[in-house]
Amino acid sequence: MRPRSSWGQALVLVGPALILLLAVYLYPLARLLALSLTGGADGAVGLAAYRRFLESTVYLGVLLRTFRISLVVTAVCLVAAYPVSYVLSRVGAVTLRTIMVFVLLPLWTSILVRSYAWMVLLQANGVLNNLLRRLHLIDEPLRLMYNETGVIIGMAQVLLPFAILPVYASLRNIDPRLHTAARIMGAGPWRRFWAVTLPLSLPGVAAAGLLVFVQALGFFIIPALLGGSRVITLAMVIETQVVDLLDWSLASAVAMVLLVVTVVLVVGFDRLLGLDKVWV
Amino acid sequence: MGERTHPLLWVATGLILAYLALPSLLVVIMSLSGGLFLEFPPSTLSMRWYQVYWSSTSWMGATARSLEVAVVVTALATSLGTLASIALVRLTIPGKSALRALVVSPIMVPTIVLSIGLYSVYARWRLIGTATGLVLAHTVLALPFVVLNVTAVLYKLDRSLERAARSLGAGPLRTFTRVMLPLLWPGIASGAIFAFLTSFDEIVVAMFVSGSNPTLPKLMFDGIRYELNPVVAAVSSQLIILTALALLGSAWLRRRTDQTSR
Repeated sequence: MRPRSSWGQALVLVGPALILLLAVYLYPLARLLALSLTGGADGAVGLAAYRRFLESTVYLGVLLRTFRISLVVTAVCLVAAYPVSYVLSRVGAVTLRTIMVFVLLPLWTSILVRSYAWMVLLQANGVLNNLLRRLHLIDEPLRLMYNETGVIIGMAQVLLPFAILPVYASLRNIDPRLHTAARIMGAGPWRRFWAVTLPLSLPGVAAAGLLVFVQALGFFIIPALLGGSRVITLAMVIETQVVDLLDWSLASAVAMVLLVVTVVLVVGFDRLLGLDKVWV
Repeated sequence: MGERTHPLLWVATGLILAYLALPSLLVVIMSLSGGLFLEFPPSTLSMRWYQVYWSSTSWMGATARSLEVAVVVTALATSLGTLASIALVRLTIPGKSALRALVVSPIMVPTIVLSIGLYSVYARWRLIGTATGLVLAHTVLALPFVVLNVTAVLYKLDRSLERAARSLGAGPLRTFTRVMLPLLWPGIASGAIFAFLTSFDEIVVAMFVSGSNPTLPKLMFDGIRYELNPVVAAVSSQLIILTALALLGSAWLRRRTDQTSR
């Protein structure tokens, strides 16, 4: 194709999508950036809103909690994803498809359906507490909800499929001849796992960790429903500042911090390992 | 690989799959409770919560609104996404990888951040509470799924078919409709299914910009946040069935792609 016609074609093909993204994606984000910089007295331009956020022990606590919850959720997801992915990489087509139903159906089920399910299960007189009481394992109901435990249980379930898919992809791509070679040279099952399988699957594990961690940082629905007012995360601070306190500059500053952390993590990871190589 | 998988691994896998799937299954069973509260196992079976849902004007109104928005989003995201995918795979233009990153990036940007940005912009443009506002925002969120699905098929497509059509005198439009579209449609349809689900289930943007015209997820959220409204169980069960059907459809389409590209 000649370069001149290629420009015209590109405009026709990408133009509509680009206009949409400029108007209702990039422009709103740019506006938040502008709002975050007008937090001084009388709306003077400056970093006042960011300073208010970073100098408050309350908000720093929220920042730390958000990172802590995201880290724990990432760890839980990776530990749970590995055995499932490992089994997926060694089963036949029929079993593979059956297990994939269990992985993909929750992934595409509305997050509200899943939050609701966990609330019904975990509340004080919920299914789980009632079961444990009937079995005489507990006298008092366990506090499984409206605390970090509930948030972590719910978030890990929602994000687990995002961990399973890349780990499975990296395990599936390992050349089976490497296992055969290792076996011929006398390596036992454990040795083969530590020396061949695990190292070769690490890029997939890293991608899974990134996907889960980044999404966990910005989660709103699960902490709002399963954590309630006791587990405030960054996303909830943003909502409260906008809806209840009408403090747009602070809300925008927190949003910008969240956005920048997310972009830096994703772009940094992409430069280091290449996201498209590990994604299914 | 001629090697047995350790039984403990199977046990672990079973438990983890149960963790993924059981909560939703329990809701389906509990939605059939006849009492005033949800119980497991239900002591009496009834469809009362389904009846409440189907006969309530607010639930029906919200469902209609969500469907309306999701259908328009599907059409818009599918057409914009397919056109963009063709440019991203077939044309040599500078900044192509940046363009691709931009189109796919809404997947990664925290929805709460985009939501308050849209809330602020829409307030000025008087788009709060309008279907147009929701459609535009959801199209941005749905676009990546269309582009990922369509580019995946495009990369597998044999380019010589297009070249043959062009050299036989077909213009770009004719080449697209007569040669590419018939080969691409499984990828496009698959993208459309995910675009539909993305919009139909979307809650965070809807919370901020749907105003006094709530969508189905917004009404569900309000029914969960301060009390556990049993109607939500009935709605949830029906959503699970809808999602299962949609995924079956996309799996069928994927198999078709694999066959045609062979």
